[in-house]
Amino acid sequence: MALVNVTINGIPVQAENGSLLIEVARQNGIEIPAFCYYEGMSLQAACRMCLVEVEKAPKLMAGCTLPVAEGMVVRTESEPVVKARKTTLEFLLSNHPLDCPVCDKGGECELQDMTFKYGVGESRFTEVKQHVPEKQWSPVVFYDAPRCILCYRCVRVCNEGMGVGALGISYRGVNAEIIPSHGDHLECDECGSCIDICPVGSLTSGIYRYKTRPWEMEHVGTVCTHCSNGCKTTLGVRNNEIVRGNNRDKSGINGEFLCVKGRYAFDFTQHPERLQTPLVRNEAGELEPASWSRALKLVAEKFKALAGPEFGVIGSTRTTNEENYLLQKFARTALGTHSIDHHRTGDVVTLIDALSGKTGQLAALEDLYTSKAVLVVASDLAQQHPLLAGKIRANFRHHKAAVYAVTPGPVREDKIARRSIRIAEADSLAGVEQLREALAKETELVIVFGDAIQGDKVRQLVAFGESLGIPVKYIALVDYANSRGALDMGLLPGLAPGYHAAAPGRSLQQMLDDSSLAALWVVGANPLKGGRKLAASGAFVVVQDLFLTETAQRADVVLPAASAYEKNGTVTNVCGQVQRLKKGVETVGAKTDLAIIGLLARGMGVNLGKVDADAVFHEIAASVPGYNQLPMPVILTGGAAQTHPVNGGVPASLVPGLIASARDTLFTTGSLTRYSKILNEVLEKPGALYR
Amino acid sequence: MTFSPELEAKFADLITHYPEGRQRAALIPMLMFGQEEVGSITNEFMNEVARRLGLTPMQVDEVVGYYSMLHKKPMGKYHVQVCTNVACMLRGGAELYDQACHKLGLGHKEVSADGLVSLEEVECMGACSWAPAVQVNFDFHHEVTADQLDTILEGLKK
Amino acid sequence: MKLFNEPSPLETKIISFRFGLENSASIDTYLANDGYQALRKALAMTPDDIINEVKASNLRGRGGAGFPTGMKWSFVPRASEKPKYIVVNADESEPGTCKDRLLIQHDPHQLIEGCLLGALAVGAKKGWVYIRGEYNYLIHIMDKAIAEAYKHGFLGKNIGGTDFSFDLYTHTGAGAYECGEESALLESLEGKRGVPRIRPPFPAVSGAFQSPTLLNNVETFSSVPAILRMGGQAYADLGVPKSGGTRLVCMSGHVNKPGVYEVPLGFPMMKFINEIGGGVWKGRALKAVIPGGSSSPLLKAEECDIPMDYDSIAKAGSMLGSGGLMVMDETTDMVKVALRIMRFYQHESCGWCIPCREGTTWLKKMLQRVSDGHGQTRDIDLIGDLAQNMMGRTFCPLGDAAAMPTIAIVKKYRNEFEEYVARNPFATPELVSIA
Repeated sequence: MALVNVTINGIPVQAENGSLLIEVARQNGIEIPAFCYYEGMSLQAACRMCLVEVEKAPKLMAGCTLPVAEGMVVRTESEPVVKARKTTLEFLLSNHPLDCPVCDKGGECELQDMTFKYGVGESRFTEVKQHVPEKQWSPVVFYDAPRCILCYRCVRVCNEGMGVGALGISYRGVNAEIIPSHGDHLECDECGSCIDICPVGSLTSGIYRYKTRPWEMEHVGTVCTHCSNGCKTTLGVRNNEIVRGNNRDKSGINGEFLCVKGRYAFDFTQHPERLQTPLVRNEAGELEPASWSRALKLVAEKFKALAGPEFGVIGSTRTTNEENYLLQKFARTALGTHSIDHHRTGDVVTLIDALSGKTGQLAALEDLYTSKAVLVVASDLAQQHPLLAGKIRANFRHHKAAVYAVTPGPVREDKIARRSIRIAEADSLAGVEQLREALAKETELVIVFGDAIQGDKVRQLVAFGESLGIPVKYIALVDYANSRGALDMGLLPGLAPGYHAAAPGRSLQQMLDDSSLAALWVVGANPLKGGRKLAASGAFVVVQDLFLTETAQRADVVLPAASAYEKNGTVTNVCGQVQRLKKGVETVGAKTDLAIIGLLARGMGVNLGKVDADAVFHEIAASVPGYNQLPMPVILTGGAAQTHPVNGGVPASLVPGLIASARDTLFTTGSLTRYSKILNEVLEKPGALYR
Repeated sequence: MTFSPELEAKFADLITHYPEGRQRAALIPMLMFGQEEVGSITNEFMNEVARRLGLTPMQVDEVVGYYSMLHKKPMGKYHVQVCTNVACMLRGGAELYDQACHKLGLGHKEVSADGLVSLEEVECMGACSWAPAVQVNFDFHHEVTADQLDTILEGLKK
Repeated sequence: MKLFNEPSPLETKIISFRFGLENSASIDTYLANDGYQALRKALAMTPDDIINEVKASNLRGRGGAGFPTGMKWSFVPRASEKPKYIVVNADESEPGTCKDRLLIQHDPHQLIEGCLLGALAVGAKKGWVYIRGEYNYLIHIMDKAIAEAYKHGFLGKNIGGTDFSFDLYTHTGAGAYECGEESALLESLEGKRGVPRIRPPFPAVSGAFQSPTLLNNVETFSSVPAILRMGGQAYADLGVPKSGGTRLVCMSGHVNKPGVYEVPLGFPMMKFINEIGGGVWKGRALKAVIPGGSSSPLLKAEECDIPMDYDSIAKAGSMLGSGGLMVMDETTDMVKVALRIMRFYQHESCGWCIPCREGTTWLKKMLQRVSDGHGQTRDIDLIGDLAQNMMGRTFCPLGDAAAMPTIAIVKKYRNEFEEYVARNPFATPELVSIA
């Protein structure tokens, strides 16, 4: 696009013809204040804060809707502009309650900031203010109409950003206010984006309200532990308690996006049933509290005695890469077993095998936002992978991306899709085939597929993609925060870290079914969930977990583990992007799985090298293919870097039939969310499209 | 929800007035004409209109809240509207409104206990040159005097 | 239908000449009185010829803004692939204005013919007459006229045996002054809240259903048949340079013969009040005139000796606006007038933008307090200042419409505000800022 010359405050700048003045100014370090203007969302021109002086224009112009043109001369801080800003603030404050001392937003309120910067210190308003009582719309959303400045950000983020459209505007004039989807209450994703984006304290969060002042919190940037999308979340921590989750600073791959889980479901860390001391089964057959030293000594002795091929290890989809790496290293070397597995939820292994010899075909999250076309196969993304769904919506909104969906039931992508095909999951490939003609006309494509596509179907899908004759990238969906890391780190029978062939061993199901199993070590998993039984009744079972899960109840020793919010390390998201966890809080009595593994090794006299997260990560970076080219500065500063795994020889013995997604919704992720009080309160009909 | 055959026919015709895929355009006429029959904009009515036009009930609610002639609560069988805007005010509109308040014992947007009459102080309704003006439902009364207002209001009691 | 007021012999009846004829709304009466003659003529003309004729007429928009109609017509892109639409703004809501009502009531076919001429000029195939909800009875009149026009082949397919086709429908509003603003009207037409759109694009490029749309006031469209019949130049000559033709002026307030009268642009205002309106009532003296609907700044009696055309009234500091001329006699309480005007705009503010939503509310509260006898001296300046702070800063012209008359009244009748304050026993001396 052609460049034009514009003068802003006497400074000559160049900008793309037709781009918005407010953006051009920002790019050149000049802030034009605004409430309603919000990057990436539709234009409103409602707040009038961005009025600027444009030479030859008869009156002040709104910078948020003004396209720049050649020779335009703009003043953003001239006397008429400053006066207009002051008076707009005066108008806004005339009916604003000014209850800042008790308002959650105080200290990080945009209206407060603007008033400090541009406002007058004295009020000329002596009339009675319009008062409306506060309303509660859901367990997590409260609306205080008098504080509302009607910038319509919440309406837009819900409709445009989330694709839900649960917020509207009713009444008019000074009585105009935001209304929820169902008369007096909300039925929605409960994602809280509306609360987050509210520039004032009009929308407040049911769990954060009246808890703290923003400046009394520590802000810890880490990664959400609930699903595989890997949203960066900034935990607000006060007195060793997480009181808020958001990503207001837009750091990370998700920008400011968070779903209900990321925003609220950190409260499992505070659950009263959280394990805070090791438990050891006594002679009466009951689990009784024990000291860490006694429990570790007991486990180390037993492990030493039982080490060998009859030892089973089940790893986690939520523990860090470092923990996973160390666990398999410990198992394969010190414990002498190759029976190691985890709950597999997507067939990444076959995808990597099918893409042997090709590079750059594993899509990163950003590809969903930039690709000209996206095909979703056999997954309800909005429920199971909210960030991925959000990126696709943004791509459609900003770039008019062509979206296709092949799913068994209605999905949110239908609203933006060029074509949606309803077909049973088992027949997904036939559905995809129906789109051949349309897809072949696209110039590039990202295919996102769920667990219904596994084994040979993955190969067939890749063959289909290759036959289109256009560049195609793939995402094999997996469920949990570090599902991908568990695969990458070789928590698999017959596959070592980096998808390299290793000696064969038992799968998870085989371990459960094998009555000759001598010991089972379960780290952060719950394989006995749903009434499943361990066939080896005499096996010595050690479980590391946050809660006394079904599996932990069967254990001989239970070791209380720290959650992802309580440790450092790295996790890898569904697209293979590595990000860093940062410890936010500490739970008394619990230890990180990494520390537990290290202590057990020491107890057994095994040297695993230096056991801390950084040291193990460097070992991973040095030795695991795919992880050896990661740009360290990006990860260390809280960014995300994509791994590039290559096929190191996937054994045919790794049958894909054991892969099963848990089909979680926005309101469930198995064991963690069971212990989230807030998530249970907002539970909606899974999969509902809220019509 | 069912409507009279006449209203159904009107709705069916209305939908055809707008370009394909733009049937939402029929929303306000449907609400206005439907209100005459239903009596007010009830939740059931809003949901029905939403269903027919492929909107969410909230989208209908947004619109209903905006327009001053769409009432969520039923007005009286006779809805008396007295204009007090400038042109009418200059010729006694405000006094007429006071008179109506006293005579009916009602205030702005209030409905009589028997549901027969309701009163509203309205903005300019386009009868400025024949002020002061009163509208009962959709019937205009021009150059209304105090006596005429009495007669009009008494006529409603039958 | 009978006339609401007696016509005046001083009128120049170009678009209102059928008012008062027997069954004036019927197509038979219309056809017997030059009806659809302009259409016949236009069917043989090129779109450019039609637009040039309108341009030559110096017709300016009769809704309030007074934009040159021919120019507006020429903005509709001829080559657009999208369908093009005609929309008639019959959301007549500006206080003081009641002329469009008569044009539809007495002569709906003239409006239909005007729409047809617009459609021919821009290539539109469909149109709507957006009628304010309060004018319910006009919908029935208009629907009946539309049905007659279809029956006579003036609407529908192959009009006049040509390949020109045009469908016209009525569309009801539901009570919102804001929908008189053209982009808000289009939102309302699409079944949404009547909140204005961001402009540009203007309706001519992206209007109804995001298609090019020719949107004009009832009176504007109703004037076009006469223009084509008599010729643009002849029509222009009726008025003054830059303000062509005649228009309906709605006289209300303190006059002996209020009513809607058609006069040429440039007709002297005092002659209009005294000779057509029969002078100020009850033998009283004239105090002030609101010349063009309540949003136009009022003129003091001594400022009223001017011709009624767009430029002359603008020069006097006001606007011809929508043609709603409100006359006030010497007894008129200007504080009450200011309050009533602000109450209206506060009630009708859509709430979209801050200065209008909050400004009208604050001003209403202050004016109410002053009018209730609780005013302070500082309030008077503050009223003027707040109104000034709304001017030119709102999302649509409603903010200006509320601010302009307020500024004028406070400036021209400050003494009356001071009298109110003086009667407040609790008026306090001016506060001194300690800051």
